[in-house]
Amino acid sequence: MMAVLLWILIVLPAVVGGVLCVGGRRTDRVARTLGVGTSAVTSVLAVVAALQRPAVAVPFLAGADFGLRVDGLAAVVLPTVALVALLVLVFAAAWRGGDVPTAPSRFFGLMLLFLAAVLITATADTLPALLLAWEIMGATSYALIGFRWQDPDRVAGGATALLTTRAADLGLYLAAGAALTGGSDLTLSGLAGLPAPWRDVVAGGILVAALGKAAQLPFSFWLSRAMLGPSPVSALLHSAAMVAMGGYLLLRVAPLLAATGWAATVAAWMGALTALLLGAVAIAQRDLKQLLAASTSAQLGFVVMAAGVAGTAGGTTHLVAHAATKALLFLAAGAWLTALGTKQLDGLRGAARRWPVVGISATIGLLALAGVPPLSLWATKDEILAAVRESSTALAVVTLVAAALSAGYAGKVLVVLWARPSADHTAAGIENDFDTEEPGTRSVPSVAQSALIPLAVGAAVLGALALPPLSTEIATVLGVSGEPAATPVELISSGLLAVLVLAAVYRWGTPAPRWAAEWLHLERIVGVVVVAPVLSLAAALARFDDTGLDRTVRHSADRTMWLARRADDVDSGGIDAGVRGVAVAVVRSAREAKRPQTGQLYQYYVQVIVLLLFAALLLIVVI
Amino acid sequence: MLTVLIFLPLLAAGVLAVLRIPDRAAKVGWLAVSVVELVLLLVIWIGYRTPPPGGMALAQQVPWIPGVASSYSVGVDGLSLPLIALTVVVFAACAVFAWRDRHRPRTQAALFCFLESMCLGVFAAQDLVLFFVFFDLTIVGMYFVILGWGHGHAGRSALKFFLYTFLGSLVLLLGFIGLYVAADPHTFEMAELTRQAPLQGSGWVGGVVLAAVVIGLAIKTPTVPFHTWLPPAHTDAPAIGSAVLAGVMLKLGTYGFVRIAMPMLPEAWQAWSGVIIAVGIVSVLYGALVALAQTNVKRTIAYTSVNHMGYVILAVGAAGVLTGNATSRQVAVTGAVTQMVSHGLITAALFLLAGVLHDRRGSYELEDYGGLAKPAPRFAGFFAVAAFASLGIPAFSGFIAEFQIFTGSIGAAAVTALALPGILIVAALFLRALQQLLTGDVRGKSHGFADLRTSETVAVAPLLLLSLIIGVLPRFLLDIIEPAARVVVDLVSR
Repeated sequence: MMAVLLWILIVLPAVVGGVLCVGGRRTDRVARTLGVGTSAVTSVLAVVAALQRPAVAVPFLAGADFGLRVDGLAAVVLPTVALVALLVLVFAAAWRGGDVPTAPSRFFGLMLLFLAAVLITATADTLPALLLAWEIMGATSYALIGFRWQDPDRVAGGATALLTTRAADLGLYLAAGAALTGGSDLTLSGLAGLPAPWRDVVAGGILVAALGKAAQLPFSFWLSRAMLGPSPVSALLHSAAMVAMGGYLLLRVAPLLAATGWAATVAAWMGALTALLLGAVAIAQRDLKQLLAASTSAQLGFVVMAAGVAGTAGGTTHLVAHAATKALLFLAAGAWLTALGTKQLDGLRGAARRWPVVGISATIGLLALAGVPPLSLWATKDEILAAVRESSTALAVVTLVAAALSAGYAGKVLVVLWARPSADHTAAGIENDFDTEEPGTRSVPSVAQSALIPLAVGAAVLGALALPPLSTEIATVLGVSGEPAATPVELISSGLLAVLVLAAVYRWGTPAPRWAAEWLHLERIVGVVVVAPVLSLAAALARFDDTGLDRTVRHSADRTMWLARRADDVDSGGIDAGVRGVAVAVVRSAREAKRPQTGQLYQYYVQVIVLLLFAALLLIVVI
Repeated sequence: MLTVLIFLPLLAAGVLAVLRIPDRAAKVGWLAVSVVELVLLLVIWIGYRTPPPGGMALAQQVPWIPGVASSYSVGVDGLSLPLIALTVVVFAACAVFAWRDRHRPRTQAALFCFLESMCLGVFAAQDLVLFFVFFDLTIVGMYFVILGWGHGHAGRSALKFFLYTFLGSLVLLLGFIGLYVAADPHTFEMAELTRQAPLQGSGWVGGVVLAAVVIGLAIKTPTVPFHTWLPPAHTDAPAIGSAVLAGVMLKLGTYGFVRIAMPMLPEAWQAWSGVIIAVGIVSVLYGALVALAQTNVKRTIAYTSVNHMGYVILAVGAAGVLTGNATSRQVAVTGAVTQMVSHGLITAALFLLAGVLHDRRGSYELEDYGGLAKPAPRFAGFFAVAAFASLGIPAFSGFIAEFQIFTGSIGAAAVTALALPGILIVAALFLRALQQLLTGDVRGKSHGFADLRTSETVAVAPLLLLSLIIGVLPRFLLDIIEPAARVVVDLVSR
């Protein structure tokens, strides 16, 4: 019974999504209803599954099963993802501007397919199931980023995202190969028990794939390009669901990372460095979505770090709280983009004042992002920090700086959103900054606004999951106990730090160094080091194929023809000439044979005598 | 039953060639034959039970050339049944796609029916001489297809195709003769040769015979460096010709590896598995890179065929590495056969869609088009789906195949991981092609591009649907392939 529930949970959005995608124009009218309705049913099923903990497995391939299991970790994340998806889809259904109204069927179809893939990823128990859903997430992400396909830049952005994550996904293929050799049945829980060399390859492969999907260094640049997609896409895929699955995977295989030792250290440090450097990148951004993207990468750095230092509870709660917070912020950004026609920070001055629901929700989200108590990310970040300081002081310092940076960029946005128009800024002057990207509608539908409220509530209260008494509950659910908890001193001081940084940003503003604004020049570096050489190599090989390799074939054909002509010469010049020569000789000798026929009798007598003498000689010799 | 399946299209070909029936009737006849073949196939598939190792299902044997112990011997097992199914499906799709052709349709139908018989014969043959006869006749059939219905430099491409692959088949024949001579008693019967493994322990002689067989098959597959006949053949062939060439005929080569080279020459195969793996890796990476640099859609797809067949070579090479564990090697061989089926379906669909480009505008150059999704959304949708299926996105058969190939090969021989970037490069090239062809502003020849017609949709959709079904519910196919793959691995491990 429960197994059927799990199957329905993943098959329903997949099938409805597929129908909507194939339906195209014909299903446009029902797309919104079907999309939101399916998402609602899925959310209910997700909550039930989280409570009932079903598991299913069917034989799939390579001797392994397609296995799904709702364990403690999935029980926390599954409802989160489903509910955030529901709210994002409600917003998208009510959203009048942007891309959704151009092709609602395709949009909701792809979003539902994506949702199915995320649900499979969250519940995957075996590597084939994980890899299957992982790649489908990437493909739907491409299709959604490039949703406005008439614009080649957006499609190119989607391609960058897909190719970067696919490059990282090669790690999962490698891990699967190594796991099979090591004798594993390809279940995720069994990976930690593999023998030594295979275990390290598996851990390395999974680590690379997860870092890529979570937009950690050095893969972070794809998230910047992914911001070209519609805002609901950014809200679901690139904050709450797809990139979060990168962190989620590491949390799930934390025992494997711990067993290999080096993998956990690498994960922790990559997470920390990402949180630090991408925090700096976020502060330097002038486009709201780019800032939020960098912030997503940085916040997931915390989660990755938590997986590395075995702070699973902290990582999970941070993942959940961040999902609500970031989805909220991206939806608000989308609302303002449609209404005011801009997502540049310069153009959003005082935007929070125009639509109070959106403004206050966004403020709650930003304060949570900054780590201001008692909002969610404050408590979850401290739970992670507690696990980090047990592991390494250096890491703890980096984490603190990263936390301060998050307060920095959150403060930067807050200052802009609540800015009062100054005396020399007339209403017309502000209007000049609007509509830089598309014509604004100057309105936000109330249904869309209401979708933000539950997310804001989540952003505010989900921190309770990281504080006692709920934190011990969560630890029991996750099956991890004895993880260090944040002391009251730490909690208070981190809260104070956040408030101080906010005040400093308000007073002095933020720096914007060039290297940070350009996302550490990662994309350009990859372009020079990876893309350009590959393209030159491809062109060179293509030339070699046409001229070099094929020339050998054509040359051999030419040589054969030459040989054939030589043989023809020998044949007609040599052999045939010989035959003709024989024929000529025969004709000549025939002509010569006529010579004795002179008609002169005395010559005949001479011939007869010569012949008789010759015959006599022959007789004497022979006998 | 099997003989009927093989020779019914040949009979139809004879009738179509001789009787001067009107064009429409010829097309209907071709379609009818395809439908009957599909029904027969379904019956065979449903009734199929895994034969015991060394045996064949639906076996039939009639003495033919007793002097060389050659008989008309046919049968199916887990390796050939999926490929026979692939052949029937692809040819049926071609019959539907050719519905609107106006250039000598009766002759075309006859030729394709002939070609279908020959392809089915290769897969079903259990005797080397029979295999060779069918193998060569497919080359003859395809030569006439390219020559008679092709475009561009059809004559030149057809001749190059014919001479190159025919030469390959002669080298292959040398290998077959080597096997015959080494066998005791002399025989061309595949089952007997497999059981005897005549060149076990014969050192370099086995290597030479293997080289002959491998080179002959490598030219057909094609692997690098014997692949240069493929791009011109594809570029100048008609749509359905390319679909059959890529979808079915390339598999004749790879099928030979798992049916003939591996079981009959196990010791030589093990000794030379490193070379075969190297050839596989080179084919994968070289094929992908050269495809990336192409600007002609058909050439791009042709080079991705080199890449995809490279995966198959990689897997069968890895299966010969005895130090790898047996499970990995079985998975690799299963993946190889799955890839044969998957690539056949997907690439046939891609070539049919490319043929639509030529039909409407006479050009395969990517830069001639742009924003095609606006005038032709259905074409764009199908092309995008086919492209993603080809680059190995899960929920399609390509992922099932590539996952098994890599999981199995890396387990058997870690060096095969070098071929992983091939997946990435193929993704890059397809995304670039999609971007150039379908997105952006409507440019050049895209203006007024007529969308897919019913016959084209009905031809392409089932191929992709089948790929989707295999991708989501692979067990129905894998349950047939896996026992045969186990047998092959056992045989090659002797």
